[in-house]
Amino acid sequence: MKNLRGTGLKEKDFEREFTVYYKPQLEYRWDTGLAIGKFLEGLRDGKLFGKKCNKCKRILFPPRAFCERCFVDTDEWIEVKDTGTINTYSLCYITWDMKQLKDPQIPAVIEIDGSSGGFLHIAKIDPKQIKIGMKVQAIWKRAGERTGSITDIKYFVAGEE
Amino acid sequence: MKGKAAIVSAGITKFVRRAKETPKELAWYAAKMALDNAGLSLDEVDAVIHGTAPDAFDGVHQKAEYLSDASGAFNKPYIRCYVGGGTGVMAPIYGWYYVASGIFDTVLVVCEEKMSSCRPHPQAAFLTIFDHTTERPLGPNLLWIFALEMNRYMQVNKIKLEDIAMVSVKNKSNAKNHPSALLGSEVTLKDIMESEVLAWPVHRLMVSPISDGAAAIIITNEEKAKKITDKPVWIQGAGWCLDTAFWTGRDLCYPQYVEYAAKMAYKMAGIKNPAKEISIAEPYDPFAYKELHHLEGLQLAPKGKAAELLMDGHFDKNGNLPSSPSGGLLGVGNPIAAAGMMKVCELFWQLRHEASGRQVPGNPKRGVAQAWGDLMQVGTVIVTGVDKP
Ligand SMILES: [Zn+2]
Repeated sequence: MKNLRGTGLKEKDFEREFTVYYKPQLEYRWDTGLAIGKFLEGLRDGKLFGKKCNKCKRILFPPRAFCERCFVDTDEWIEVKDTGTINTYSLCYITWDMKQLKDPQIPAVIEIDGSSGGFLHIAKIDPKQIKIGMKVQAIWKRAGERTGSITDIKYFVAGEE
Repeated sequence: MKGKAAIVSAGITKFVRRAKETPKELAWYAAKMALDNAGLSLDEVDAVIHGTAPDAFDGVHQKAEYLSDASGAFNKPYIRCYVGGGTGVMAPIYGWYYVASGIFDTVLVVCEEKMSSCRPHPQAAFLTIFDHTTERPLGPNLLWIFALEMNRYMQVNKIKLEDIAMVSVKNKSNAKNHPSALLGSEVTLKDIMESEVLAWPVHRLMVSPISDGAAAIIITNEEKAKKITDKPVWIQGAGWCLDTAFWTGRDLCYPQYVEYAAKMAYKMAGIKNPAKEISIAEPYDPFAYKELHHLEGLQLAPKGKAAELLMDGHFDKNGNLPSSPSGGLLGVGNPIAAAGMMKVCELFWQLRHEASGRQVPGNPKRGVAQAWGDLMQVGTVIVTGVDKP
């Protein structure tokens, strides 16, 4: 186990370096699917929909066409609330390309009231106040501004305990 | 499984921040070292298995095919293995089932990763793992999910951040004695706690560094193993399991899929009480909390109690159950697939008393190595030991 191979470069070795930029011209046209399609329509109308599996009784949120546990088609659409509870969160001070953020982004998993699941969204809460178990409330874009996107909810703020 | 499979040789490169070598050259070093240590020529290898992470890291489509010559696959049956971060332990499992099933006598398993080529940060290569409709419009980055999981794990189990930081202290210290190590050093709890907060509660020194490197092993059947070495390390059990990709709907405080994978491997190995019957653990530690999380999933600590055992010295190199004596990903480095394989190599060296300054005391009989990945959903587990299964 002596003299293992592998040559670590030092910073000065790459003061001058070639970078090949490659910007692929790729476009994707993702279809929404049946379940998320209806979910997005709901967002445009300012409503949140889950879908119930009558076998395990879970109200799947975000909705899906099938229950992965029971492996059956899911059943009826259920409108759920736009309030919930913080399951977990982070205060993120960097972007994906390691740029620093002065004010953190606050991603959170939010358990939506009236559903059996959580989903990923953004919280806008004082970093000193936020905690797991906190009640939150969705803040929506105005009716005319909504496009049927997950970002039709701008973020979640502290709700009534 | 009727057939027996043994690891008879291992090879590894240095793990470095950025290697001058190409991915092929790194794979070649590790593959050649494994062959030389076994005294085998390539003619004696029936098939090659290659573990490597997303093509996007290298910007090379069909990366495994690109790497094939360097891994010794010229004109041979060749199999790529890729399950995200779980790859480094899954690739040896592929090797095990090809040999134990009798399809091949001898296989060379090579894991390689060169992360430094991807600019500005290889994290970008992972961004498409998030759901394109319900998550990507929110602008997620990969650190989010680890920070979310770590926070949940800490809150549910009431674990102190300082205790999690001690995993970094332990592993970076262990890595001082690993000849491949990128970050082996004595760091203090204060250093860890005062390092930059990337995504609270994740601090910079609680994250393994992106690295370049490769590692390889040779797996062969009982008859051939006897001819190659008098100290074969037997593969006693293997297990793997995948949890749902609807990750926000499960409780991140406990890796249920690791438990299922571990139980599959333990059952195969005839292990009833893993905490007593395992001598060395190499759980996957890309983040400090993950080592504790995984020790619980591996049934080597009660749920939520791994931190207490850590603080009692239970997982130290000289403790009752040394964990990551290699130095882990936090200390040796994290070239994804090669990092998991490094853990399998570590068990090989430890069980043969060839780990020099890292050697755990006593007479270790059996070890477990584990890796994890995808959307926090895959557990891959291998049990190796000195006794023939
Ligand atoms: Zn169901």
